[in-house]
Amino acid sequence: MTNAAQGSPTPPPRYLDAASSEPLHPAARETLLAALDQGYGDPRRLHRPGRSARLLLDNARAVVAEGLGVRPDEVTFTASGTDAVHRGLLGLHRARARVGRRIVHTAVEHSAVLHAAAWTGDDHDAAPVDAHGRVLVPELLARADGAAVVAVQAANHEVGTTQPVSEIADRLDGVPLFMDACASAGRTPLPHGWSAAAASAHKWGGPAGVGVLLVRKGVRWSSPFPRDDRVDDRTSGFENVPAALGAAAALQAVVAERASLNARHAALVDRVRASVARIPDTDVVGDPVDRLPHLVTFSFLYVDGEALVHALDRRGFGIASGSACTASTLAPSHVLAAMGALTHGNVRLSLGRNTTEADVDAFLEVLPSTVADLRADVGL
Amino acid sequence: MTSRPEEVALELDCRAMMCPLPIIELARHAGDIAVGHVLAVVATDVAARHDVPAWCRMRGHEYVGEDVATDGAPRFLVRRAV
Repeated sequence: MTNAAQGSPTPPPRYLDAASSEPLHPAARETLLAALDQGYGDPRRLHRPGRSARLLLDNARAVVAEGLGVRPDEVTFTASGTDAVHRGLLGLHRARARVGRRIVHTAVEHSAVLHAAAWTGDDHDAAPVDAHGRVLVPELLARADGAAVVAVQAANHEVGTTQPVSEIADRLDGVPLFMDACASAGRTPLPHGWSAAAASAHKWGGPAGVGVLLVRKGVRWSSPFPRDDRVDDRTSGFENVPAALGAAAALQAVVAERASLNARHAALVDRVRASVARIPDTDVVGDPVDRLPHLVTFSFLYVDGEALVHALDRRGFGIASGSACTASTLAPSHVLAAMGALTHGNVRLSLGRNTTEADVDAFLEVLPSTVADLRADVGL
Repeated sequence: MTSRPEEVALELDCRAMMCPLPIIELARHAGDIAVGHVLAVVATDVAARHDVPAWCRMRGHEYVGEDVATDGAPRFLVRRAV
């Protein structure tokens, strides 16, 4: 870019991809570092380091439960958000084997849900969504009759649209609902009505490698994977006690900050939507109102998504894209496709705790010319 | 698709083109046919199935539907509306 040509140092990147991973919260860093020294023991042992680790783990569980508005005995720490999704969905499915085997999900679930459903080898059925990416409730309910489990995300990870989880749960006749809350947990309160749910700590500013599986008290859930003799029989493997405590500290801090942060993010996203919509031939997607506060997605006709990500990176902006050429699968985003949105030239911008108004203004400043340059390259 | 085949005024061969090239070709040639006539995009790239209808919606044209070219490749039909 021009900075390199002028010999001046490259400016620090403006990170606009918090929905992929939020930088570690300062509260989590402090707690994590302290816990590394105190939480090394095996929490199942009765010696002092073991008891210390157990105390920290129980503390982490209690703090996460409070932050998410659930009971401590409903909280299980897993190896990742994906692991929590797998255990949540498949554990409900397994416990219902005698009643039914079919899995119903929205067409816009995260690939972790889709892969887990496919892995069972049982029938699975996707309910369509509207142009905003919100599931069509009658279509979902029509498919749910006799199903083993229904999967509905709290909010969509690509376009930010919230799903009517509680409304669906109220109308499901005894079929358990699994809720993937990885995109929203910590940032917004959990809806009610789910039987099991999943969250991911690195999406709210905790360390990576900590997922949270929630199973409601009294819900039938059977482990879909080999059991382990650990503290919590819903998961397996040696507990990452320091990371769990770091995740808990981040959650506590984020919940305390979120009213003001969400208001700031929502206003910035409104500004982005209005500004981007003025660029010709642009599809701004996702519900403009009932959405995650920090995330916005749009697609530009005639623009190669990979080229756009690289061009913005050279200008100092880190953004995500759901376009096929940026995906390892070379398939377009199933979310955008299900919505009827344009799948190429796609950008997902997401704001974090450290994102400033200046970051967003700088992005909006360079975006029109970046898009125009890429279109000019193909003569459009 | 429809029981009565559409009269195609122009067929664009976009086989083996990666997204968004089929849509770029579509935009380049949309003006080559008269309003009300049908243009066909033959594309093997999987994104075309979603992006041809999206292009029609965004540009105010009518998406007619999908059929197959003589070699069995997917073909997407667009009626020029403006």
